[in-house]
Amino acid sequence: MTRYRVAVHIVPRKGVLDPQGKAVADALHALGFGSVLDARVGRHLVLDVDAADARAAESSVRGMCDKLLANPVTEDYEIAGVSGGAS
Amino acid sequence: MKFGIVTFPGSNREIDASIAITQGVGAEVVHLWHKDHDLQGADVIVLPGGFSYGDYLRAGAIARFSPIMKEVSEHARRGGPVLGICNGFQILCEAHLLPGALLRNASLRFASQWVNLRVENADTMFTNAYEKGQLIRVPVAHGDGRYTADADTLKALEDRGQVTFRYVDRKGRPLPEANPNGSANDIAGILNDRGNVMGLMPHPEDAIDPLLGSTDGLGLFESLLARVAA
Repeated sequence: MTRYRVAVHIVPRKGVLDPQGKAVADALHALGFGSVLDARVGRHLVLDVDAADARAAESSVRGMCDKLLANPVTEDYEIAGVSGGAS
Repeated sequence: MKFGIVTFPGSNREIDASIAITQGVGAEVVHLWHKDHDLQGADVIVLPGGFSYGDYLRAGAIARFSPIMKEVSEHARRGGPVLGICNGFQILCEAHLLPGALLRNASLRFASQWVNLRVENADTMFTNAYEKGQLIRVPVAHGDGRYTADADTLKALEDRGQVTFRYVDRKGRPLPEANPNGSANDIAGILNDRGNVMGLMPHPEDAIDPLLGSTDGLGLFESLLARVAA
């Protein structure tokens, strides 16, 4: 088994009102960043897991997202990266 | 007739709920700890308000995996009454005992205020002491109370009379300014399809004495007492 670092992005699902994202976009507009079309605020999790290989590490984190880390009613998640193999 | 109130780390309205039940309607209360696996013969389970596990990750997301939630789910599956207030509502949604989810208030502000609710369905074990269309005044205190569900779920809730309470103004009109959190369809409380699990964001347990400004919350506990005792 090897230690892998898996990063996950969890963001409010499209169509779900994201007041934090809207507040951030409004603030950016007020600061002159007129190029901002949309902002969504979510969570970024970094998990160190023990796994046989990178695929198994990713697969186990997907299971964690489905069960606890993301709410399937309102959130989408994506695996942002898997690194490691070194401890 | 016994009410079991579950305390999680971070619950803070378990005493309020207990006072509403014992002093408000004269029923018996047993306090249950989230790590227990025993409902101690409680007929009605109450998940009280608070900030279980500090609302980490999402409100209710971690509490739903507390040991006692296994027994609470089984109790619900057997048709036993389960009432979730505020954080309890959030936990019931996370546990999939109720559909949908509760998200950050649209205002991004913590809402601590009195609200007017309209009783949308008085033919439930939680609301039979009220009249359909009755207006009641109760407080809310939450940061994550915006009820959200997909369009099909919302339609099913409405069509099947599973919306029990709706935010309205003093005159009973559902208006954006009467909705403290931006909930879909101004929903304040919902029932599961079987009618034995209800969640609501407002605090009926804090509207049980004229000194508190309202006694309108008593009806909820009277309803349960009447139905379960019958």
